[in-house]
Amino acid sequence: MDSSSSSSAVGLGAVDPQLQHFIEVETQKQRFQQLVHQMTELCWEKCMDKPGPKLDSRAEACFVNCVERFIDTSQFILNRLEQTQKSKPVFSESLSD
Amino acid sequence: MEGGFGSDSGGSGGGKLDPGLIMEQVKVQIAVANAQELLQRMTDKCFRKCIGKPGGSLDNSEQKCIAMCMDRYMDAWNTVSRAYNSRLQRERANM
Repeated sequence: MDSSSSSSAVGLGAVDPQLQHFIEVETQKQRFQQLVHQMTELCWEKCMDKPGPKLDSRAEACFVNCVERFIDTSQFILNRLEQTQKSKPVFSESLSD
Repeated sequence: MEGGFGSDSGGSGGGKLDPGLIMEQVKVQIAVANAQELLQRMTDKCFRKCIGKPGGSLDNSEQKCIAMCMDRYMDAWNTVSRAYNSRLQRERANM
């Protein structure tokens, strides 16, 4: 693969829009994948006792609930942080303390 | 690696990097990384569930447990993936 950039179509500071879109889409997909990995790991601890020949309906329901409650928790934290930040800032906005 | 992705770039000396080829290669790398991630977490969880006091080798019951554990972990992963996807779609519908 010839990678000389002398006749490259990419100008300084400009990115191929096709690549740009691709990067955005793949980044989004990866965020999703990462969260699935993370939640599977967390929910496994909460929902799985001994691995059996199949995933019984109780365990399956537990996983579904676990995902929903995890998202709820995440949203709750963001919302409450936003509220408490308004009255009592936790994170200092100035760079120097 | 040249002919594998059906792109036209070839070695014609044009000097341009074919975005299509790059995208395909990146997709492959991402898929590999995800598989590795899955394997790593699965190994961790199944080791914890199936191996008590580590012996001189994996006995039959441990091997059977690991095999079942792998399948259940995949089931769990798929269930979580579906549930998360549903939740995301619900959130988007509510916006």
